[in-house]
Amino acid sequence: MKILVCIKQVPDMESRFKPAASGVWYDESDLAWRMNEYDEYAVEQAVQLREQLGEGCELTVLSIGPDRVGEAIKKALAMGCDRGVHVQDDAAATKDPWQIAAIIAAYAKDQGYDLIFTGMQSQDRGSAQVGVTVAEDLGYACATTLVGFAYDNGTVTAKRELEGGIKGVVKLTTPALVTCQLGLNVPRYPTLPNIMKAKKKEIQAIAVAELLKEEPLAATVSFHPPAKKGGGIVLEGEVGALVDQLMGILKEKTTVLR
Amino acid sequence: MKALLIGEYREGKLLESTYELLGFADQLGAETALLLVGSDSQLPAFGGTLYLADANQCGEYNPDLHKQLVLDAVQKENPDYVVFLHSSYGWDLAPRVAAKLRVAQVSEAIGLTEGGFEVGCCNAKMRRTVKPTTAKAVITIQAGAFPGLQPGGTPQVQKVTASVESNVSFSGYEPAEAKDVDLTRAEVIVTAGRGVGKKENVPVIAALAKALGGELGASRPVVDAGWVEHSHQVGTTGQTVSPKLYIACGVSGAIQHLAGMKKSDFIVAINKDKDAPIGEVADVLVVADVLQFVPALTTKL
Repeated sequence: MKILVCIKQVPDMESRFKPAASGVWYDESDLAWRMNEYDEYAVEQAVQLREQLGEGCELTVLSIGPDRVGEAIKKALAMGCDRGVHVQDDAAATKDPWQIAAIIAAYAKDQGYDLIFTGMQSQDRGSAQVGVTVAEDLGYACATTLVGFAYDNGTVTAKRELEGGIKGVVKLTTPALVTCQLGLNVPRYPTLPNIMKAKKKEIQAIAVAELLKEEPLAATVSFHPPAKKGGGIVLEGEVGALVDQLMGILKEKTTVLR
Repeated sequence: MKALLIGEYREGKLLESTYELLGFADQLGAETALLLVGSDSQLPAFGGTLYLADANQCGEYNPDLHKQLVLDAVQKENPDYVVFLHSSYGWDLAPRVAAKLRVAQVSEAIGLTEGGFEVGCCNAKMRRTVKPTTAKAVITIQAGAFPGLQPGGTPQVQKVTASVESNVSFSGYEPAEAKDVDLTRAEVIVTAGRGVGKKENVPVIAALAKALGGELGASRPVVDAGWVEHSHQVGTTGQTVSPKLYIACGVSGAIQHLAGMKKSDFIVAINKDKDAPIGEVADVLVVADVLQFVPALTTKL
């Protein structure tokens, strides 16, 4: 059994984002990077399946980007992936979801993966397209937004999260691709021995030009902060004074304080 | 300009959100046709062509077959845009259609601008303007971003069907967990977000809720981490609330959360991050450390 999990490295979302000189994406300086949160659930689910299946199962983690994404790949290896693939692309951020999916599909097409895991979306771009598009490119069965996953003998039983807390139960025949929602599992923290072991695992480097043959289908023409709606009051300062100010506002504007 | 809209139907009901698609098309100034996998006993009220497939036959979730139905309707209508809600149905189906058509998809549009479509990014903190470079494009629109069109009129129904092989089969729905807390009736809700730091800090937030005679709410990450029970979750996949006073403590303001609370009468947000998207809906944003500010407020009450 061969499993692939695809991850993206994204900035910490607490960061202050500034437009880059290009005006179409964020400036990457002074950002702290981490694994996309949705992808942590994908890696955890893939590792759990790897543990369930035991010997004879190989789990590969793939990421696309500049050198820094090596850190995200190493984390996934320390969580329990067997090997890494780093598609080297300094300009990954300028690619549209169609191209990112094409890169992954071009890599995966002759590898015979039975199952592919991705996050349901990235925290920075949030298009929620790449996973499904990879499945379409490869002709795999696909379901999105998983909050439940079980695998038995070529069949995935997935629970999809729907609006209002309802779940849809879906069965997929492998080869299949699933996209993972927050809360699917509890992603593990890599332990020190596993971090040390991960250093010995192979990370295969592939130049993006070897995989990408597709032109983009959409263009980002601007990256900017939201227009301020105004109206809201912003209170800043020392805590005691803030409490008094807020109490005053609540007494004036609401009926809950008397 | 022409738009093919993909309506939504679940558990035997036409979803109201279908009218948001019509509202979007109206803003776009597009002629519309609608495709719905639903029932002829619940037709959407609008004057236009309705391609209607029977949900009993085609399934409510059957993505390979629904994809074929959309592709068939695209063939007939030759639309400029194929429009879905950015919902569990829409974000699942839209990329399949876009991939088969080899056209751009713009995800979760929240507005129209001269240069293209406005979408959120970076956890809703920033915006992008996206422009399809293909002749046709698939668009998904954010729930609530485009006001629904008033229902009215009778569609010209064309019944359609399709049959395809699929390796995806739908087994049924699992109901939402029973709610032991009915947040929809609370006059005051004080919500704990990820910014509270750890489970041990949740009682600090609960104490403020109690002092105000209200209920404790929770954002998704706090529930996922097991700090607070799911029955307290506010947002698209939790409860939708509109209390007299909503206090968000350390909640960044993901769009799914905002959708569940933005209709509250008065919203106070307490957050260290002045740029957190919760600030967009807050009447008052207190820029402070939740763990310092909240206990100080509670003691004053």
